[in-house]
Amino acid sequence: MTIASEILRRTPLHALHLELGGKMVPFAGYEMPVQYSAGILKEHLHTRASCGLFDVSHMGQAFLAGDTAALERVTPADVAGLKEGLQRYGLLLTPSGTIKDDFMFSRLAGEKDLYLVVNAGTKEGDFAYIAEKLSDKAGLTPQPDRALLALQGPLAEDVLERLSPGISSLTFMKVVRATVAGAPAIISRTGYTGEDGFEISLEGGDAERVARRLLEESEVLPIGLGARYSLRLEAGLCLYGHDIDESRDPAEADLLWSIGKRRKEAKDFPGAAQTLGGAPAIKRVGIRPEGRAPAREGAEIADKTGRVIGKVTSGGFGPSLNAPVAMGYVESAFAGMGTPVDLLVRGKPLPAIVAPTPFVPHNYRRPQK
Amino acid sequence: MSDVRYTDQHEWIRLEGEEATVGITKYAAEALGDVVFVELPASGKTVSAGGEAAVVESVKAASDIYAPVGGTVTGSNAALEKEPSKVNEDPEGAGWFFKMKLSDKGELAKLMDAAAYAKYLETL
Repeated sequence: MTIASEILRRTPLHALHLELGGKMVPFAGYEMPVQYSAGILKEHLHTRASCGLFDVSHMGQAFLAGDTAALERVTPADVAGLKEGLQRYGLLLTPSGTIKDDFMFSRLAGEKDLYLVVNAGTKEGDFAYIAEKLSDKAGLTPQPDRALLALQGPLAEDVLERLSPGISSLTFMKVVRATVAGAPAIISRTGYTGEDGFEISLEGGDAERVARRLLEESEVLPIGLGARYSLRLEAGLCLYGHDIDESRDPAEADLLWSIGKRRKEAKDFPGAAQTLGGAPAIKRVGIRPEGRAPAREGAEIADKTGRVIGKVTSGGFGPSLNAPVAMGYVESAFAGMGTPVDLLVRGKPLPAIVAPTPFVPHNYRRPQK
Repeated sequence: MSDVRYTDQHEWIRLEGEEATVGITKYAAEALGDVVFVELPASGKTVSAGGEAAVVESVKAASDIYAPVGGTVTGSNAALEKEPSKVNEDPEGAGWFFKMKLSDKGELAKLMDAAAYAKYLETL
């Protein structure tokens, strides 16, 4: 074992996090702020009411050049059909069709390459896998020196428009190259909170200056990983390594919507026969515990006779609901909305019901029809 | 005049007559973050020194609260069920957890006084 392997990596905003009172914790090999001085609850509520700035530079960014449609070898998403200026959500599949990761891919206007963003904890493995599977068709170039900021919340549009005039015309899931406070950026109208907002990819050297400039705007508070977790949980969005992993396929994970229509018809992705072969035995569902006690990841889910029928994969307190929320897998017979279940917390059954997600309605800025 | 004692697990206990009040320290409340739920012990429950007595859930995680000394629970702070944030606002006052009768007041002597606890915090 080498000492270097234990050293946590830092993003270009590390000094800024410390200056802002960030409580730094190890996360996916990085030293990241779990919260700032405001605390998780206030940071969460501020993002839903105003605008929060997140450092997500630990995530993996890359460009894919060549025959980019070959990405369909490892994802069931419709890559070939992605129009210029659009971003899309996709699952990265193992050869047997289970979920290796989830990621975003974009086709920038006038550019041949695809721009990819994958999860932090899986990025090295993802990039090696994609490079190998596509080696005869396309070349992947990771962008370890790029930074990624997320500006989220109902006032994100007002804030970013001041620093990037014209950006407010971008609608949900669209992507564009633009400048922010003079710095070249790739900006998408996306996020991981359920709120309207933007994700802003920058050259690492510009990131701190741009982040400081954004924080000068009165609406903007820095937000740590703790609130990122509770915001995305209320929004019903999966966290890789918890709600989805290599033991689950897209049908079990209830992510069939991310499979392109053409791909469903052609059944031309890893594990298609299994994934499209009918109702899965288990299914991911949203869960609302009664009362105020949260059920955390790992809590067993039982039916009303006490038989264990599943497990919680994400859980906690939802500050916007002022109530606990969870996600987990249950036997499909119990996946119907409103099904009463018990969550086993500290050895005691905590009554809960299977509930629709998102728990808090999404507030995306969709294009007007 | 009351004497407050502290454990290395960051509970405090204040003896007034025959009954003692137990809570968590300001340091513990800050480390936990925003408290969203507290599970309190029922009156009559027997607790032992260092044994689990209550559970506090913050936005971050669940943590056990231990009885500083042995005895019997005589009551708990029902206000925390509706307003668990009192634990953050006033951990060593309105945010108390439960009251207990001690089986052996001598056990208090094994705990830290305010000065010793302050010194202990400096080592963390």
